[in-house]
This record gives sequence, C-alpha cells and structure tokens, in this order.
Amino acid sequence: MVTPVLELKDVSISYYTRAGAVPAVYDFSLTVNPGEAVGIVGESGCGKSTVALAIMQYMGKNGAVTGGEIRFMGRDMRTMSEEELRKIRGSQIAMVYQEPMASLNPAMVIRDQLIEVPMIHEGIDARAAEKRAIELLDAVRLPDPQRILNSYPHQLSGGQQQRAVIAMALLSNPKLLLLDEPTTALDVTVEAGVVELIKDISKRFGTSMIYISHNLGLILETCNRICVMYSGQSVELGSVGQVFDQMRHPYTRGLFSSIPLPGADRFSHPLVPIRGQLPLPRDRPTGCTFSPRCDFFVPGRCDKPIPMLDIKGDPGHEARCVRYDEIDWAKYKPKGVETEPMEPGPVVLKVNDFKKYYEIRDNSIGALIAGTGSRYVKAAERLDFEAREAETVAIVGESGCGKSTFAKVLMGLETSTGGEVLVNGIDVGKLPVKKRPAGMISGLQIVFQNPFETLNPSHSVGAQIGRVLKKFGVAKGSEEIERKTHELLDFVKLPREFAQRKPRQLSGGQKQRIGIARAFGGNAAVVVADEPVSALDVSVQAAVTGLLTDIQRKKRTTMVFISHDLSVVRYLADRICVMYLGRIMEQGTTDQVFNPPYHPYTEALLSAVPIADTSVVKKKIVLKGELPSPMNPPSGCPFQTRCHRKIGLICETELPPVKELAPGHKIMCHLPDEELRAMEPVIAIARKEIDETVSAATPVEDAPMSQAPAQLKVKKGSVRKSLVKTPGDNAQP
Amino acid sequence: MLVLAARRIASMILIMFVISVMLFVFFEGDKLNLAMRVLGQYSTMEGRLQWLEDNGYNRSLLVRYFSWISGFLMGDWKLSAQFSAPVFDFLLPRLKNTAILGSCVFLITVCISLILGVFSGIAEASLRDRAITVASVLTTSIPDFASATFLVAIFVYWLDWLPGSSSFSNGFTWRELVLPVGALVIFNFGYYTRMTRASMAEVMSSQYVRTAVLKGLPYGRVVMRHALRNALIAPFTVMILQLNYLLSGVVVIEVFFAYDGFGKAIYDAAMFGDVYLILAGAMIAVAVAVTTQFISDIGYTYLNPRIRFA
Amino acid sequence: MTDIAAPSAAPVHRPSRLSKLVKSIGLLRESPIGMLGAFLVLFWVCAAIFADVLPLRDPLAQSAPDLLRPALSPAPDGGTFWLGTDDKGRDILSRLFFGSRLVLFWASFATFVAYSVGMLMGVAAGYRGGWWDEILSFIGNVFLAFPQMVLYIVILTQLRPDSPAGELLAAAGFTTVWIKGLTIVLAIMLGTAPQVMRIVRGLVLDLKSRDYIAAAEVRGESPFYIMIVELLPNARGPLIVDACLRLGYVTIAIAALGFLGLGLPPPDPDWGKMISEVRGYGAAAGNAMIWPALAISTLVLGLNLLADGLREISLRD
Repeated sequence: MVTPVLELKDVSISYYTRAGAVPAVYDFSLTVNPGEAVGIVGESGCGKSTVALAIMQYMGKNGAVTGGEIRFMGRDMRTMSEEELRKIRGSQIAMVYQEPMASLNPAMVIRDQLIEVPMIHEGIDARAAEKRAIELLDAVRLPDPQRILNSYPHQLSGGQQQRAVIAMALLSNPKLLLLDEPTTALDVTVEAGVVELIKDISKRFGTSMIYISHNLGLILETCNRICVMYSGQSVELGSVGQVFDQMRHPYTRGLFSSIPLPGADRFSHPLVPIRGQLPLPRDRPTGCTFSPRCDFFVPGRCDKPIPMLDIKGDPGHEARCVRYDEIDWAKYKPKGVETEPMEPGPVVLKVNDFKKYYEIRDNSIGALIAGTGSRYVKAAERLDFEAREAETVAIVGESGCGKSTFAKVLMGLETSTGGEVLVNGIDVGKLPVKKRPAGMISGLQIVFQNPFETLNPSHSVGAQIGRVLKKFGVAKGSEEIERKTHELLDFVKLPREFAQRKPRQLSGGQKQRIGIARAFGGNAAVVVADEPVSALDVSVQAAVTGLLTDIQRKKRTTMVFISHDLSVVRYLADRICVMYLGRIMEQGTTDQVFNPPYHPYTEALLSAVPIADTSVVKKKIVLKGELPSPMNPPSGCPFQTRCHRKIGLICETELPPVKELAPGHKIMCHLPDEELRAMEPVIAIARKEIDETVSAATPVEDAPMSQAPAQLKVKKGSVRKSLVKTPGDNAQP
Repeated sequence: MLVLAARRIASMILIMFVISVMLFVFFEGDKLNLAMRVLGQYSTMEGRLQWLEDNGYNRSLLVRYFSWISGFLMGDWKLSAQFSAPVFDFLLPRLKNTAILGSCVFLITVCISLILGVFSGIAEASLRDRAITVASVLTTSIPDFASATFLVAIFVYWLDWLPGSSSFSNGFTWRELVLPVGALVIFNFGYYTRMTRASMAEVMSSQYVRTAVLKGLPYGRVVMRHALRNALIAPFTVMILQLNYLLSGVVVIEVFFAYDGFGKAIYDAAMFGDVYLILAGAMIAVAVAVTTQFISDIGYTYLNPRIRFA
Repeated sequence: MTDIAAPSAAPVHRPSRLSKLVKSIGLLRESPIGMLGAFLVLFWVCAAIFADVLPLRDPLAQSAPDLLRPALSPAPDGGTFWLGTDDKGRDILSRLFFGSRLVLFWASFATFVAYSVGMLMGVAAGYRGGWWDEILSFIGNVFLAFPQMVLYIVILTQLRPDSPAGELLAAAGFTTVWIKGLTIVLAIMLGTAPQVMRIVRGLVLDLKSRDYIAAAEVRGESPFYIMIVELLPNARGPLIVDACLRLGYVTIAIAALGFLGLGLPPPDPDWGKMISEVRGYGAAAGNAMIWPALAISTLVLGLNLLADGLREISLRD
C-alpha cells in the first residue's frame, strides 16, 4: 500500500479567546493519496480554512492543534521542529490563497518573490532560479513572463496575480498543494481559466491537492474525492460520485437542495433552505452538530457524539449519521411549496438608449502634454430594455461591465449622460434623488449586496426600519411606527424582538432580510436587488431568494436583479440582459438566453459557471486573456479581444449590429444568423437510463439519481461518455 | 510623480502666501499698537504718528504688504527692536544652535524608536513587547519640561554631574547639550516607537508575511526582506515631520535650559513685542514645516510602489 | 431559515440607557492598563471636585518663614506641609489640588471646543467632498503648517487682555482669568481642530462608501442628517480613543504655556507656572519643582493609559 501524502487523524484545533478555548475543528480525519485531489466543502465558519492552516502548522498566536496526528509522508508534523517544518513548507507543501493581491508582497517585484523559493530550498543561484520561474510562469499560461517578473503585484490583474501565486507554489515541485478558495475573488470567466489550470497541474505534475471551497460545482470540476464539513466536523466523505449522487447525510442533502441547479425553478421547483442556523462554536449541540436543523433527529441517539461511519456496501464512503441506513434517501428530497407563476402586468420600467459616462482625469505628465488629461469612461452605452409589473429582469455581467451603474442612476445617486429611464412614463434618469418627490423616492428602492454594510451598525434595527416608514410617510407617531415596524418584521419572517437588536447581533441572512424590509417599506414599484445573495451562504441564499419571490408576488413589484451569478439568475429571472464592458450583448427571456442561439460571450459565461451536478455536461469554452479595463475598452466589438468565435477584422473595427433573432431576443454580434442559430447548447443534462420514460421537459430534480446505484458506480469520466445531450429544462416542452 | 511634486509645491506656495498675509495683518493691522511696540511704551502719541508717517505706514495695507513681502523675499528682514540689529543676522546663529540640538535629538530618537519599535512589533503581545509599550506610554506621558525637571533634579541638584543651564556662556561644550537632548528624546521616542511597533505588528500579521513564512523562508529573511520595508513606510513619513517639531516645538526646553536657539528667540521676541523678529521667525518656522511636509509626502510616494507605479 | 421565527406578541424588554452606560464602563475592567489609567484620571478629578472639602491649607496663603521647605515639614500652625512649600511659602499639596481644577477645566473645555469644530469640519470635508473638501482641507493645512507652539505664542502674546479684543470682553463682564482662558482655548482650538479634522475626514471617507449611507441617500435624507446620524456615530470608537489622547496633549500644552508664563494670570496655582516660578532658586527648589511635574505626568499618563485601554477593548469587539 502506498504511503498517503497526507493523513489527518482525529485532529482537533482550538482557538484561544478571552472566553477560553473554542474548538474550531474536532475529530477530523482525512487521507490524501499521491496524485489525488480532495475537496473540502462547507459553509462559512465550518472550519475548512482552519484545516488548511493546521496542515501548514501555521496557527498564529491564539490557535493550536490540540489533538490527533497530522502525518505528511508518514511523519507526524506535530513532532517536527520549526526548522524541519520550514524545509517542508514551500518545497513539499505549498499553498494558494483566497486573495492573491493580499498574499503577494506589495513592495517586491514578482521576480524576487518567485526566485527566493528555489534559492532557499534548493540552494540554486539567482540565474537558475529565474530560469525556473520563467518556465513556471509559462506553465501557468502567463503571457510575457519577463514583463510579469518585473512587475509589482498591483500592476497585474487579479487573474494574473493568482496565476503568479500558483507558479510560486509550484516552483519547488511540491508533493501537496493546498488551495484555499483560490478563485473566489475572481470573475467567472477568469475563474474558469484558473480552474482549468488547476486541473491541468495535477495531471502534469502529479501533485496531490486539497481544494477548499464553498462551491460544490468547483469541487466537482477539480476533485476526485470530497469531504463535506459542517460546524467543525466532517459530516460526509467519499468520492465525488458517491457524495454528489448518493449522499448519506441530511446536511449534504440539504446543501444540494438549496443550490440553484439547472432544473430548479422559483415557482414549480423552489429551492429549499436548511432551517435553523449554523451554531456558534460555543453553543454547538452535544452529539450530532446538525441535529437542531435535521428532519431525522431522534432523541437518545442523535444527541450523543457520533463517529464517522462507513457506509455499508459502498467502500470509501463515510458519513457522520447514525441513521444513514434508516432514511429512505430516494424519497427524502426536501421539496418546496409549488406556486403558480406570476402574470406580468404592464411595462413599469422602460430604458431607452441609456448612457452613463464618467470623467476620468489623468494627471501623468504624458497625458498633460498629449492633452488627454480628461477622458470619458463609458460605464454604460446604449442600454435598451424594459421591465413589467411583477417581472424580474436580471442584469448579468462580470466586474466592470456597468451593471451597477444603471442601478445608481435609477436610484438617483447619479444622473445619466444620455437617453431615458422611464418609470411609469416619467424620466428619472436626470433626476438626482434630492430633486425627486417623496412618492417617487419610496417607489424606487434598492436591496444592497453586502449584508455587513447594509445596516448602520450604530442604530437598532427597529430605528432603521422606523426611519424609513417615517421618511416615506407610511406611518406617523411613535406608536404607529412601532406597529408598522413589527408588521414589516413579520413580513420578512423575523421575530419582533429584532427591532431592539443592533445589526451586529444578526446573522448575514437576517441582516439581508432587514435590508429587504427597508426596501419594501414604502410599497416600492421598482426594487433593484444588487447581488442580494452573493455574500450569503448557500443554505441562507435559498431562504432569501424565496422571500424575495414571496414579496414580489404579494406586492407585484418590478425587480431589477443585478448579479454575476448565472445560476441564481436562471432561477430567479424572467428576462435577462447580459452585459459586457458597458453594453448589453444579449437580452431575452431566461429560456432564450440559456438556450442557443447565444452571443459568444453568453456562451462562454454559461460554460464558465461551475454546476454541482454530475449529470450536467458542459461544452468547454475557456476564454483567453483577462477582462479589459473599462477605462480602455477594445475597438469595435467590446468582446473581440477574448472572443472564441471572432470572424475577423470586422470585429475589431465595427460595432456589431443588434439582431432580433426571436421576438424579444436580441444579440449584438457580427456572426451571421445561420451560424448563431447553428450553435449547440452549452449545458446539457445527461439522460440516465432510468429517466427514459420521463420526458425531456421534466426538470432534472425529479430524476431519481439515487435510485440508480449500479450506474453511479461508474466513474465520473465514463458516465460522461454515455451521456445523451438533451436541451436544458428551460427548453419549451 | 513630477506632477505630484509640482502640485505639492504649488500648494506649499499658496499656503505660505496665505500665512504671510495672515501674519502681516495680525501684526501690522493695528498701526498704532505697532508704533507703540516699536517705539516703546513711553513714546508720545505725536512721536508714534510721526514714526508711522516716516515709515510709510499711512499707505494702504495692500501696498504695505507687498512692499514688506518683496523686501522679505529679498532678504530685508528689517531691524529687531529688542537688539537693534538686523533680524537676519540675529536669527542665523540661533538657527544653527537649534539645528545642533535638533539633529542630535532626531538621530537618537530615530535610532531608539526604530530598534525598539521593530523588536516589539515582531513579537506582538510578548513580554518584551509589553515592556517596551509600557515604557513608551510612560515616557510620552511626561511632558518635556517635566522630564527636564526630573533630569535637573537628579543630575544637577542631586548628583551634580551636569550643568543645569545650556547657554554656552563659556563656549560650546557637549556637556551642556546632554540634558536638553535627554529631555527631548525621552518625551519623543515613545510616540515613534509605538508608531513603528503598530506598523510592524500590522505587517507581521499581513497575508503576504504569512505567504513568506509558508514559502519556507527563514525567519530572518521574512523579517528583513518582506516585513521591514513595508513596515517602515509609515514611521518614516511621521519621523520626517518631526524635523519640523524640532525647529520650533523645542521652545519650552530651550527656555528651560536657557539654550540660545531659534525657539527661544521667537519666545523672547514675542514676550518683548519685537514684531519684525516674530514675523521673520514665524515665516521661517512655517517654511520649514511646509518643506518637511513636502519631503514626507514625496518620500512616502517614493517608498510605496503601489503609488509610485499607479 | 433559522432566522424565521414566529412573531411574538410578548412585550419587548428595552435596556435603559443607564444600564448600557454602566455596562460599557464595566467593559473597562477587562483591561488592567485602562483601569490604571482610569484610576489616575479619577484621582485628579476627585482632587478637583473635593479640593474645597478636603482638609487642605489655603493654597494662596504665603508664609514668609517657610520658603522652599522640603516635604513633610511642620507648619507654624502645628500642621504639616505634606509636600513642602514653594518660593512664597505656600503649601504645594493644596496648590496642586486646587491647580487640578484649572488644568482639568480649561483642558477639557479647550479639547471640547477643538473637537467640536474639528469634527464638524472633518465630516463636512469628508462627506461633501469636492469644493467643501478643497476649502476646508486648505484651511486645515494652513493652520497645520503653523508649528503649534509658535501659533500659541503668537496668539497669546498678541491677544492680551489689554488688547482691543480683550477690552471688549472685559466690557462684556468677563474677568481677566476668563479672558486669558478663552484666549488659550482659541489658540488650542486653532492648533488642534485641524488635526481632529484630518482624523475625522479619514474616518468619514472610509465610512461613506458603505451601503447604509447609500441607503440613506436613496431614501432622500439630507446631507446634514447623514453626517450627524449616519456617519458620526460610527466613527465614535476611534474618536473616543483619540479624544482621550488629545486631552492629554492639550493638558501638556496648557501646562507648557503656564511654564512659559503665557498661562492663566497669577496667583492661581497653575501647574506649569509652579515649576517656572521656583526654577531660579537652584538646588533648593528641587522639591518644589518635582511635585507639579509629577502631577502633570500622572494626569497625562492616566489619560494615555485610559486611551490605550479603550482602544484595546474596542479592537476586541
């Protein structure tokens, strides 16, 4: 038997605080074999990053591994001296971090940060080290390695920085690579490139990997095995196929039920959040940590400490659930309450030829001499779309695409440069908020992205809701305000006591609910939701999207949903605008956008989104290069620098025409119509034998995946081969 | 970078201009009072009016300002009423004395605070760190004239090792410099030590230092190559600003030890009402302040590649 | 979904403001350094409050035979000069206690004025930006370019109680002590407010990009409301710490002015002046010099330690 590269055995890790030792991770075991990629997945606070730092034996002053063994190549790292550890770090075990910018030294050029690794570990001279560095920069597909070597970190884009960090990690050819959320800070299309690179690394260098992520889809793309963590413990461990298709822990099941996979639909197949909340380390329940949120809790059995149990008849698969063989997993699939789709009403918001330019002053000498001291950045150009009552229109795009610019103008925080933004026929584009009448202000509201910034930390929740009610003239006098505040709290399904609480006493999801209550406090006709769930854990996301849908149904609000996450958009939106560098590249109904014909950018975007479903097959399109800066957009078609379907010079010189390929489905592209129409779907659902009786239109969630154990024994790769492509569930029946 | 420097210089000049106007109006706005100050309390009203007439004080304030400022820029700083000597010639040796005192204090403070700050910031919350922190809080809490008092009580009255006055009446000696320098160093080093410590501690807990450690670099290399440069940017800029303090903030210590420096000159002039001397002194003090501010800004930009290559 | 709970009809308990205050003071107990600082500051505050009640000698009574006595000397009336006497035979202990009133009152007053002005300027410059920022920052920079001590000396020697402005104040019924005190407050305000403004401006620039500020703008709040209600309360943590330190600096400045003879007029016992008065007597004055120096140092030390304690606590939560 081969020695595992890494073996964690009953590891416990604690942090010491004023209140005493807080166990962050306990009773954690994991084995990583040579060449294997193991994913650790879990929500925030589950201890996954702590595990990575414990492996590196870097716990800081107030953390320590308090029990168990961490064996690297058979030797317990806990018994090693600081000098021995130093020799292993960077040469045998290397790490890639979540924020590449912060992990690189801002005052050193990349060269110095790279070459010191082999120089220290292998004693080679600077020239040889630089040669190696260039090879690796090339291996991580960074163009022009010389330029990169001479750059300071801030001169590189996020994707380039992360590739440089990966190159740094690989410089001494480590046996084990720890990746801690390596793509979380990156845009989707850039992320896709880095993920591709990471997959390639294990193949090329035979490096074992531990990939830590909150995103199940990314784990599916990169790993062989997966460990699901919950509240400091592993709850399920197995091959990707075992855990994704035959999960044996209620938490894993709950996690999958709350992610918007293709097939989920907010009306017919709403997502199901996991009830309850992640317990704080200090008040974890004895026994199963998931028990307070579990549907199968049995007193006397679940409230005793539970070890990881081998799943009978499924070698390599473990779960921390005493009742795993009592639960009927085929039937246990939390299902939300089905509702009727909403019937959209008349057009409420109409945007005509909207433009927003920002003036940028360039203070460099060159610019002053050339007379280009003042330039305009076109944050949004020629935006045309409309939204109806009770309809959700999503604006999707990566950073810098201008999706938030429109929201700012709609809210009156900024004014437009040109065009019209008609709300019920009134142009609000040139009206800053201080010139708007009170009725208009309360009619146009916004839900913000970051739950930690959305509420003023100094004031109580009640005071903040009350202020909105008073300001919007909904309630007068302290009694009425209090009554209405309580009504609003009921409305967003929070207890009334929360009125007295300060924001810091609330969880992220709860804060977001208050943010929603505030936006809907004055019967808003149009509400902008600016990435309202992107900072939340998946199990909470489902609850918040559910709440938004409920409220929209009750109030028939028009929602403008701004997001970078196509999965959420697909789940929530009726219509979608895909933006790139200030322009709408494609728009149409959700079905139209998610099915061919696509704009090439939409096609790439769809391909880039990781999907946590083994039965989904994606066409692989990895865009080259980085997102251009909106300050300096390419000529012609904004997408031409990265387009995989570029036809030629015309793309570089002329702005493409907007073509209406079906009623309401507009694409801005030079490609001939025939070629657009000939495109194949990017996302396809594998039809398993058992599904054959089910029509293609049946959403996948009904596909009884777990009833086909024999088939799922087949390795991931071979499943793919047998897949039959079917259109996505959103296709017309 | 050049544009930045040009902008800073323009704003410096503007600030100097505004301040010169303020000072001029403040001191020369009230003509009669000025005449009284220059001619003395016992001068007659006719004498004062005559003096105003003779010296062109009946022109408009604007004209007077421009004639004063152009003269000032040309080096005509007028006569000191107290010493009946050209202000320029009087201030020059005073400035030299303060420069001696200031540079001693500056060098010693910088050395002590950088060393202590780095050593305590590296090992945050250690015993060494706590000891250094307590020592710095303690010494910064003792005002310079109070620590001078203690020093004099110990080294002059009790031990009788050092002279209690530093007027150099028998020529320059290092012995007379010890106590003023000591008092200022004690009062000042704590602040800069804490500043350096905070900066060092922040850098040591940064993600890029973690990266450096997890690359397997030896601790010494982590500190010297990765931490120090980033940690010293902030203290550097603050320490440059201290130069400004040393020129004019040392008034109390110069008075305490009867040290014939620039600060004491301003103080004496102000107490006496020697208008031209104060005016010139204030202008020099402000010029030095603005210049150190400029050096500090430019230095910060230069040390920080994030700004330099933005 | 945890966050979902049945709406409760139970009356909601509201903690009173007083209990909150007591709780936040209680937090200080967790920092020994802060406790020591608070103790030192409290000592001088009590000394100031109870100076009248305590069995102290008359701070102004001169005793010709008892000049520059060392500590614990017997007084002619059978009492004791606990800390000795000064050059006019006055009791140092009682002068220190009565002097603490002056120092604490004027230092707090000056700091309060400087802080109010600096805070308003800083919030306005940071939040309004544009021309507001340009102009306010320029004004701030002008006064920052003045070395503080030079600024104080120039103002205090020029604006004497016998100057026209002083005579105006005197006519309005202000006593000489008040006129002098107000001039000191003005000087310290001009020297300190720009520094406060810088700090507040920085804090506001950081805070104003938060979503809750955008939320307030989106619901049509006035800039004034946003500055006072939405921004300032969130800057209070660092500002309280800074105010504590700043009070220490102002105390030092006022004592230094007293030492230079620019402080409050005699015969009030000003700590700084107590040092300068006896300085000419050489070794004999050692005792009389040390006590006021110690008094200032302990008060400032108390303020600095308190600020440290507060900072330590605020960083924890």
